[in-house]
Amino acid sequence: MSAAGGVALGMIGGAVRISTPFLFVSLGECLTEKSGRVNLGLEGTLVMGAMAAYGVSYLTNSPWLGVLAAGCCGVVLGALHAWLCARPRVNDVAVGIALMLFGVGLAFFLGKPLVGPSAPHLPAVSLGWWSASSQVRSALQVNALFVLGLITTFAVRFVLRRTRWGLIIRTVGESADTARAMGYDVARVRQLATMAGGFLAGIGGSFLSLFYPGSWNEGLSSGQGLMAVALVIFARWDPVRCLLASLLFGGASALGPALQSVGVTSGYYLFNAAPYALTLAIIVATSSRDRALNGQPAELRVAR
Amino acid sequence: MGIGVSIGALSPATERSPQAATLAAAAAEARRDAWRRSIESVAIPLGAIAAALVLFGVFMALTGRNPLAVYHEMFRGSFGTAFSFQNTLQRAAPIMLTALATAIPLRLGLVVLGGEGAMVLGGLAAAAVGIHLHSPFSIKLGMFVTGSLVGGAWVAGAGALRAYRGVNETISSLLLNYIAIALLNHIVEGPLRDPSSLNKPSTLPIGDDNMLGNLPGLDVHWGLGFALIACLIAWFLMQRTTFGFAARMVGGNVRAALLNGLPVRRLIVIATFLGGLGAGLAGAVEVAAIHGNANASLVTGYGYTGVLVAFIARANPFGVIPVALLLGGIGASGGLLQRVFELPDATVNVLQGTIFIAILFSDSLYGRRWGRAKSAKAVAA
Repeated sequence: MSAAGGVALGMIGGAVRISTPFLFVSLGECLTEKSGRVNLGLEGTLVMGAMAAYGVSYLTNSPWLGVLAAGCCGVVLGALHAWLCARPRVNDVAVGIALMLFGVGLAFFLGKPLVGPSAPHLPAVSLGWWSASSQVRSALQVNALFVLGLITTFAVRFVLRRTRWGLIIRTVGESADTARAMGYDVARVRQLATMAGGFLAGIGGSFLSLFYPGSWNEGLSSGQGLMAVALVIFARWDPVRCLLASLLFGGASALGPALQSVGVTSGYYLFNAAPYALTLAIIVATSSRDRALNGQPAELRVAR
Repeated sequence: MGIGVSIGALSPATERSPQAATLAAAAAEARRDAWRRSIESVAIPLGAIAAALVLFGVFMALTGRNPLAVYHEMFRGSFGTAFSFQNTLQRAAPIMLTALATAIPLRLGLVVLGGEGAMVLGGLAAAAVGIHLHSPFSIKLGMFVTGSLVGGAWVAGAGALRAYRGVNETISSLLLNYIAIALLNHIVEGPLRDPSSLNKPSTLPIGDDNMLGNLPGLDVHWGLGFALIACLIAWFLMQRTTFGFAARMVGGNVRAALLNGLPVRRLIVIATFLGGLGAGLAGAVEVAAIHGNANASLVTGYGYTGVLVAFIARANPFGVIPVALLLGGIGASGGLLQRVFELPDATVNVLQGTIFIAILFSDSLYGRRWGRAKSAKAVAA
């Protein structure tokens, strides 16, 4: 197989593999932001989720219980975020940063004994059966969580667009005063949206420790949770665009390892910086100082 | 008609007196308010830190350690002995400088997290310049100036994107941190690598004779002096100059600032640049006083500790000094906690995160009329 083909295949495989945490975190953030609140702390939720999933999977031998535990950690951190943000004069961006530092610290503290042992992994679905090439087959090992992520994408879109709950969330996000006048409890809606967002981000973390890279250590997350927040801006608060953006980012993250696998090692670190540079380039290109962004919840415009 | 009669009946003296009484009452109220505010600005953060220490103590007890013993060791490892106190001071210096990178823009209402990246690139630039200069004085001067300017320019990049493109400065500055670390790794592995550095790719050393010395009478390098001076200059700039006033006005109400004709965009770029100067200097000092060359050890996390310090100090550059000492001390005690209690490295991060959350929660307590209910009851009785 040619080097270029190998790189392309590595990037496609990487796009599917690496994109899953991006997808879950960005869907969670999308849901939270639609209610008019920013949760920058999902990086902490992601790492806590990864730790909890690994620990529970190791203790119970059931990776799916681990996924559930990760989601529950996310709910708890989301509830803490919402509770702090509902106090008067508390800055939600700062709360996000605090919970990011706290979540990462707590995960490393509690996860210290989990660095050695190995926990059962999540199953993968092999979509490469038609090919004789082992490279193709390993690139097309698709995890069950990715499939779940696809379903969640459309579910979140359906809930936001077509259901009464979605309408309430969007109303709160567009105009808190209107929602209050209609008798909705704004703080309550935001709290539930933040908790649901935390649940999804926690599940994203479980993918990191239970499938790829598939172990628990302190270098597990390299800012995916933060990039996913930036990605929501790029995706214009639309779940399906979150999916596409996650795939793009997964591909960019896979560039360094894919090049290395075909023998290109110079500039390895620069290629590893590709997703960060890409995120920055995209938010610079799509931001504007004068006009509001399409799809941006109006309550966030006031806040920022 | 009754009103007219009553006015006519009043003498000039009694006419003025109710007014004077109101003024005196207002002045007394204002004095009480000023008192309350200055008491609050000290008591609330201290109370929040105490609450965080209690919460962390409960957490320690739950993991089976005696919290008092943990705090005792923590004190011993940070302030208790001359050696540990000097270690704390040495750590506090770069934290003070990186805290400025968040504190100064925070006065304008911007949450910038770019201190880590600015520190890393400041250190790298300082080393790159230091190995090409010759006399000890020119090496030091060149390193500090270049390191600061590079750090300033890096954070100002996030400020400019915010001012002229409307890009969220929190996210852009975080992404810039990751890009800075990748640049550092790329450059010390490639173009500037010292061929003799095998296990830990580094730039060439600046030379032992050119290292930054210690403060007189202390085992602490001059970086602490620079950090204290930088904080005092920043405090003067933000509290006592027109620039500082304009910056605080932008932070208070952007629209009012614009209506008053303030150059808001330029102020944002300048403030982020000034903040970045501090973080860049921190990197240069780390290279000049500790490492002697630039390598991955520059990625310390001091940039993120600085964010925490800036928030606890409520963006006051003078307040940054004691808070950086406190958090530097907590960081310095990490090694001892690890040895004595077999606690993981992350223990320190859990405590710092708890303090951060408690401090943010305490923001909701300002301006409460403490004791107002009591005095109302007293009046009623």
